[in-house]
Amino acid sequence: MKNDFLPWRFTITKPRMMLLFLAAVSTAIIVFRLITGFGLVTNLNDNHPWGFWIAFDVLAGVALAGGGYSTALIVHILHQEQYISVARSALLTSLFGYILVMAGLFLDIGQWFNFWRPFVSWGHSSVLFEVFWCLSIYTTIQILEFGEIVTERVGVKFHAWMKKLMPILLIVGVIFPTLHQSSLGGLFLIAVYKLYPLWWSSFIPIFFLLSSFFVGPAMICVESIIAGRAFNHDISTSVLHGLAKISSCAMILYFVLKIYDLSERGILRLMFTGNIEGNIFLIEMIAGIILPVGIVFSKWGITKKGLLSYGLLVSGGVILNRLSIVFIGLSKPGQGSYLPTVWEVLTSLGLVAIGCLAYCFIVENFRIFADKDNKKIYLKNSA
Amino acid sequence: MTKGILVDIPKCIGCGSCTVACKLWNQVDFDDRYPSSGKEAVLSDKNWTIIVSCEVIDKESRPAWRFIKQQCLHCQQPACVSACFSKALQKNSDGAVVYYPHLCVGCRYCMVACPFDIPRYEWDKTFPLVTKCQMCSIRISQGEAPVCVMVCPTGAIEFDERDSLLKKAQAKMNKDSNYIRGIYGEKEVGGTGWLYISDIAFDQLGFKTNLGSDSLPIYSHNYLKYIPGIAVIWGMVLTVLYYYSKRKKELLTKNQELEDSSDNKQEKEVIREKSFETSKDKHN
Ligand code: SF4
Ligand code: SF4
Repeated sequence: MKNDFLPWRFTITKPRMMLLFLAAVSTAIIVFRLITGFGLVTNLNDNHPWGFWIAFDVLAGVALAGGGYSTALIVHILHQEQYISVARSALLTSLFGYILVMAGLFLDIGQWFNFWRPFVSWGHSSVLFEVFWCLSIYTTIQILEFGEIVTERVGVKFHAWMKKLMPILLIVGVIFPTLHQSSLGGLFLIAVYKLYPLWWSSFIPIFFLLSSFFVGPAMICVESIIAGRAFNHDISTSVLHGLAKISSCAMILYFVLKIYDLSERGILRLMFTGNIEGNIFLIEMIAGIILPVGIVFSKWGITKKGLLSYGLLVSGGVILNRLSIVFIGLSKPGQGSYLPTVWEVLTSLGLVAIGCLAYCFIVENFRIFADKDNKKIYLKNSA
Repeated sequence: MTKGILVDIPKCIGCGSCTVACKLWNQVDFDDRYPSSGKEAVLSDKNWTIIVSCEVIDKESRPAWRFIKQQCLHCQQPACVSACFSKALQKNSDGAVVYYPHLCVGCRYCMVACPFDIPRYEWDKTFPLVTKCQMCSIRISQGEAPVCVMVCPTGAIEFDERDSLLKKAQAKMNKDSNYIRGIYGEKEVGGTGWLYISDIAFDQLGFKTNLGSDSLPIYSHNYLKYIPGIAVIWGMVLTVLYYYSKRKKELLTKNQELEDSSDNKQEKEVIREKSFETSKDKHN
């Protein structure tokens, strides 16, 4: 079924109906949560002040949306234009990622009508203060960057301006994510006696930064292969493989740094104690780092299947890392553990569904998937 | 000057008067989920202070009871204050760490940051707030002792300048060999306003004894202090990279450009015209 009456296209398919349904459920839960507080909807309590929404929507969400800045860095700043074909869709995913993160944050704060406070009441000794400002500024910048795409169709006369603004936006748009990706890890520095030592580290800002960088290409692989099927937009596997190789190098660096840090503090053995913390940590390292790096550098690395599994493993590993820090790492001994309610999970899934729908809408209406001709145009304009 | 409170653990008889006085003064309801004194006592949004009964073995190896008062320790360098990104938690010059509800966003980072797990949250309210002992800051500012100190029938808790309390505690320990050496709170995470002396080892009484003497806000500070510098340097590096690699690309693609230079010119002209138009609009 196509809507041909309005100037905008939005195809309704079965999977999209599902997403719409999820989005509706999620919206209902959000409204209910905003009216009744946390008690009825979530499993949060005084021993687990942070739960699924912070871990998944915010920590994992921001990391997974890191594709935007890592491709901006590779394509626009280092001018590796062979990857231009994924740049726009990466920007788009990233933009929606951040909007969803903001939505997730908003529903997780208790005094939500007070969300603007830190803009005027500066608690600048807090790492969260830095995260808050960076997130807000970067989301704005991404909207402006996206303005370049929108003005191709709406408000066309601003397009030339937007083009001129782009270099500044791009550079600032790489600085801010670099800062807040690491600051999200920096949040936990102060929890030195509370976060389990396998995850706490004085390097944790660097770990968060590196993982957000290497998960970017992984997400792009997943997204392009899946969206490529859906929208008949075939991205060459060599482009994806190239990106995956860059990301694998970052993963190797991450791995070496992790091992160095643990052995420096003399707690390598904590991994092998067989407790839940150690086991989860091992899964994170083996399935989320070693295995995908192996795939990328093996003969499967150039196949779609290989790239897809690389992408899924790495993104899964990063999600697992963020979730286990909040669920398990911050748990206090003897105070039980936290598992989210089905409502908390549904809400987050619904937010993701809203993101997917918006993505589909934009892809159908704006020139996101650049092809050969577009590449030429890009080269011309940037010259 | 920084005020403090000294708890002489062996002197406490566990009557729980302080927990009741706290509720009355602060107008906090009775908590029907958690008791505020006894073995099962738990801090909650309604229990700002509790008396926990601990069954221990005393020096003569006889079973005995000790009663531990728990509440916010009013750290000298409070992690919660440094973690709050909207300044809803602040430390007064007299030592009390005070919460300002109207500034709170409800992010609960203070709860994650506090090494003693003190701040609680009103999970069942629509607009929940953080709760914790405020050291009766209004009373202190008027020269009175916190209400829990006032009502203690045995004098187990004492309110004074923190420095003189430290001296008093030292003197008590010197006089009576039953006390174990060491004042809990003298050094922990940079020192706390509440100080404890005891005749039973602190770890047996549920105190966190693994806390070092570094102040926790330093951990954030040592990270944040690099941020502005990194931002500037990173920005410069990116700018240089941007123009350098662009230049390189340009040289590489020059030939290709020469080929279709004609439509290139046209396009540039179009753009120039457009921007001319828009600037004209602006002038009008
Ligand atoms: S004990 Fe916790 S809540 Fe109280 S001042 Fe120290 S850090 Fe803050
Ligand atoms: S919950 Fe309130 S008091 Fe605690 S850190 Fe957040 S804004 Fe500050």
